[in-house]
Amino acid sequence: MSKYLLDKFLYTVDRDPELVERYRSDPAGTVQWWEREVANTVLNCHAAEKSTWLAFTEDERRALREHDHVTLFRMGAHPFLTLTLFIAMFERDHGPLEYQIGYARAMDHITLPYPDIAT
Amino acid sequence: MATVAAVIASTHHPFYYRASTSAGPDRPPFADEWVAKIEAFRQTLTRAEPDVLVMVGSDHFHQLWLDNMPQFLVGKAPFFDANWYNEEREFGLPRMRLAGDEDLAAYLLREGLDAGFDLAFSNELRIDHSVTCPIITLRPQADLPIVPVYTNIFAPPMPRPSRFVELGRALRRMVEAWPSDKRVAIIGTGHLSLELGGPRQFGPHGPDPEFDRKAVGWIANGDVDGCLAEVTLDSLHAPGNATHGFMDFMLMMGAAGDGAKADYTDSLDLFHTMEAYFTWYPEGAPS
Repeated sequence: MSKYLLDKFLYTVDRDPELVERYRSDPAGTVQWWEREVANTVLNCHAAEKSTWLAFTEDERRALREHDHVTLFRMGAHPFLTLTLFIAMFERDHGPLEYQIGYARAMDHITLPYPDIAT
Repeated sequence: MATVAAVIASTHHPFYYRASTSAGPDRPPFADEWVAKIEAFRQTLTRAEPDVLVMVGSDHFHQLWLDNMPQFLVGKAPFFDANWYNEEREFGLPRMRLAGDEDLAAYLLREGLDAGFDLAFSNELRIDHSVTCPIITLRPQADLPIVPVYTNIFAPPMPRPSRFVELGRALRRMVEAWPSDKRVAIIGTGHLSLELGGPRQFGPHGPDPEFDRKAVGWIANGDVDGCLAEVTLDSLHAPGNATHGFMDFMLMMGAAGDGAKADYTDSLDLFHTMEAYFTWYPEGAPS
């Protein structure tokens, strides 16, 4: 399991307006494309200088494909990254703070200690 | 030598800008009280008549990322562009540009390294709301040069709380020894109890009002020892999963001085998190 790669997905999508929309409307296609084209990109380096070893597990792919913020939390994805990206994608479909509160209620069964987010 | 004109510690609430500038039905019911408190707090910096601002904050995964993560970083550049697309998107924050004080930044880097803090540096740093929120609240004209000091309160492993306190003490000593006639305000922002992306987020109050009450007491009374006796990297998980931002308040307690009672203390209980504002005048309160 790679918490780092989950975080890298959330981070690189959240900072790109086009990718935010693409992940909202086509999560399966975006996750597949991202793993193939971006997962092994070393950020801030020339595109040819790629890593060779980064890949999702099938459970991670599924959680990302299904926009499953509860499972991402359980996997130790950084909760700030997940929250920020999911607000960008889904707040627009809800009344004021309704999405953020529903996001929390879906996690009510989770108790301390929370999953470790260290990468 | 330079003068520490004020030491200021504050929460940084990214919703303040939108709340304070909205009107009509979009204006939240708590906005007027919030604006009144911020304007009173702003006066505490204005009265100190600073020439330059040392701004302690924390990048929220904007420029600093897990492939290359510094624990403490000083920005040394003539200018700092500010705020990011996702802060514009979520909080409505404006794009800003602040001048930098490269002389003070270079001095803090050299002296900090010699004092045992292996400070990272950046010559091209786009700063985020941890620095721009206090500019918006305390110095909205954004007319003073800054030296940003970023801390890692976000990505474990992080330095321990005592290290934040020690860096605050060192910043204070270094600024006081800076060969300059400038008046420097040291401003830092963090959080009280806070939960982001977990089940306790966006409640009617902060996730742990009891922690907040104790934290305000530690800060207002300069009770560094009492705070360090209770706060550890592990203990900060309990009040809320983003409460490690409290370590920036601990850094500011170090800058204010052990046992130094704040000259100005205020707080505001909001949904999601409690706001808190503190000012110390090391040379005595200005008239």
